[in-house]
Amino acid sequence: MSRTLSQPVTVAFDYTRSTGPVLGNFFSCLRDRVIVGGRTSSGAVLVPPLEYDPVTHQATTDFVPVGPGGVLTSWTWVPEPVLGQPFDRPFAWALVTFDGADAPMLLALDADYGSIRTGMRVSVRWADERTGAITDIACVEAEVEVREAPRPRSQSTPVTGIVTPVSLDYLYAASPEESAFFSALAQGRIIGQRCPVCHHVYVPPRGACPVDGVPTMDAVELAHTGTVTTFCIVNVPFLGQKIAPPYVAAYVLLDGADIAIQHLVQGIAADEVRMGMRVEAVWRPREEWGTTIENIAHFRPTGEPDADYETYRRHL
Amino acid sequence: MSKQPAAVVGIGQTHHRAKREDVSMAGLCREAIDRALVDADMTFDDIDAVVVGKAPDLFEGVMMPELFLAEAIGAVGKPLLRVHTAGSVGGSTAIVAASLVQSGVHKRVLSVAFEKQSESNAMWALSVPVPFIMPVHAGAGGYFAPHVRSYIRRSGAPSNIGAIVAAKDRQNALKNPYAHLKNPGTTVESVLASQMLWDPIRYDETCPSSDGACALVIADADTAASIDSPAWIHATAMRSEPTTASERDQVNPRAGRDAAAQLWKQAGITDPRREIDCAEIYVPFSWFEPMWLENLGFAEEGSGWRLSEAGVTALGGDLPVNMSGGVLSSNPIGASGMLRFAEAALQVRGRAGEHQVDGARRALGHAYGGGSQFFAMWVVGAEPPPG
Repeated sequence: MSRTLSQPVTVAFDYTRSTGPVLGNFFSCLRDRVIVGGRTSSGAVLVPPLEYDPVTHQATTDFVPVGPGGVLTSWTWVPEPVLGQPFDRPFAWALVTFDGADAPMLLALDADYGSIRTGMRVSVRWADERTGAITDIACVEAEVEVREAPRPRSQSTPVTGIVTPVSLDYLYAASPEESAFFSALAQGRIIGQRCPVCHHVYVPPRGACPVDGVPTMDAVELAHTGTVTTFCIVNVPFLGQKIAPPYVAAYVLLDGADIAIQHLVQGIAADEVRMGMRVEAVWRPREEWGTTIENIAHFRPTGEPDADYETYRRHL
Repeated sequence: MSKQPAAVVGIGQTHHRAKREDVSMAGLCREAIDRALVDADMTFDDIDAVVVGKAPDLFEGVMMPELFLAEAIGAVGKPLLRVHTAGSVGGSTAIVAASLVQSGVHKRVLSVAFEKQSESNAMWALSVPVPFIMPVHAGAGGYFAPHVRSYIRRSGAPSNIGAIVAAKDRQNALKNPYAHLKNPGTTVESVLASQMLWDPIRYDETCPSSDGACALVIADADTAASIDSPAWIHATAMRSEPTTASERDQVNPRAGRDAAAQLWKQAGITDPRREIDCAEIYVPFSWFEPMWLENLGFAEEGSGWRLSEAGVTALGGDLPVNMSGGVLSSNPIGASGMLRFAEAALQVRGRAGEHQVDGARRALGHAYGGGSQFFAMWVVGAEPPPG
């Protein structure tokens, strides 16, 4: 077994961007199979248009149709495309200077490796369905004929917003100390570590005391009972929520520990949960255990008298 | 070499709204910047450097605002810095801009902070599950509610203090043309009757989700002397601490106490309760008003709620707090800290309009962020700093 535990995590969200008038015009034109650049105060035509001029700082208002043909200024080959790229087969990222523009923009080039030459003529291949987004340009490809001139704008509603899905896949790695903690949970044990300087017991252990900055290597086995220091009752639903509200999210100070862990309190009405309430871990059936604190389904009242305020006052 | 005097000479902000779908992030920033430049009677050509701050990356899915906003915020050919301290970032951004002037490196620095919450979902971004850990997290409210409960227990405060603060801030917002929430009917009773979201925090005791931006032009003494009523920077302080540590005090965090102590010392203030005329404090959940009054040294530990309860912090009170309506009324998170700093400057310039505190000569601007682990604050005054 590896010394550290890891687990894949995906963080994904569809951000809804307001384009503003300049980029909104660029996207509206793409939907009509027209590429527009913006003329800067120096006279250069840039694609996509800049929202604000870098010299005069004024909003861009001079839009110039460019392309759909242009020149390949530079390129790099992508032999092994990754998820989310324009093609699932090898392609090139290309800097393309459209006819009428003064600087290149980055697009995918669909071509065989051997056929690509810097300086070659390329032209836009439009997506079959266009929504007013950069993906309306499927890619560029070697120009086979002189394409039609840009068309005049249609009368459809201007683009004011785009959706930009972001998805981040990564491997979450627990530290060696946390991994020992999670591995112990898989055996039904809760372990912490004591700081050799302040002697406080941290659970989960974290490798170094955040106050003294020294390694915490002295393992301590902790009780499965503790005291609710403070808590909140979550009544609000939200995107990505794992536990159905209402639920009691409590700080539980395990006996023998010097820092509380956050967990659920159940087995009692939410409005009867108290600061100082004594609780015990309720473990899931052993066959459901993994290397996770979710092996403990929740904490429930032990029925003991509430803890004296002095025993947890310094943890509030 | 001692610190050079610096002052706020231009202030701009947007009309904060739930959704500003008519502008991009660049356009939002420019609304605030253009107003700040007009206020300072300057153009971009007068600016030596730009400092930008925004909310944590996942909040709006923008990792490098300094890259994609460079030309929009007038930074082409100039130094551009980005500041990154969670919810306190607007305050830290202003302080970094001030330090560039106070150090003598630049004479006129533009700072801008923004957020478009409508493009994202901060609640989701703050609650992304971490493997192996109990997924009980529930946004900022879920994070802070237990610590509010701890405050109530430690201080013995009556349960309606949060509602008193919320009603006060919402009424103040009615006097601020830039504020997001405009709810004339908000009273202590209506707040108490609103839904309990993160017990003990109610719906009306929480901040809204806003689109907005704020910009400040900070300049040296020569420039400040040439304009009408600059807001002189008397002191700045920032402190940080770990998110979690054994016996870490999240009700009265040490970083906030230490920053305040340094701030008052730097400003030559020995009794902030008497010497500060008004304070704009980062209060995203209403109970944080009494908590921060104590943390900042305006009240003894455990007694901040007495000031809120007695009306001391009301607009007509002895120590008005959150005259603008505060974070409780407008919350573009990335800009919220700078809005606090801007309101303090507006007050000592005598330019706060209907929410002006009569005779305000020295004011506090304050921001905090993360799990109460980043603090940024400044004192601004109508007179140049002594010395």
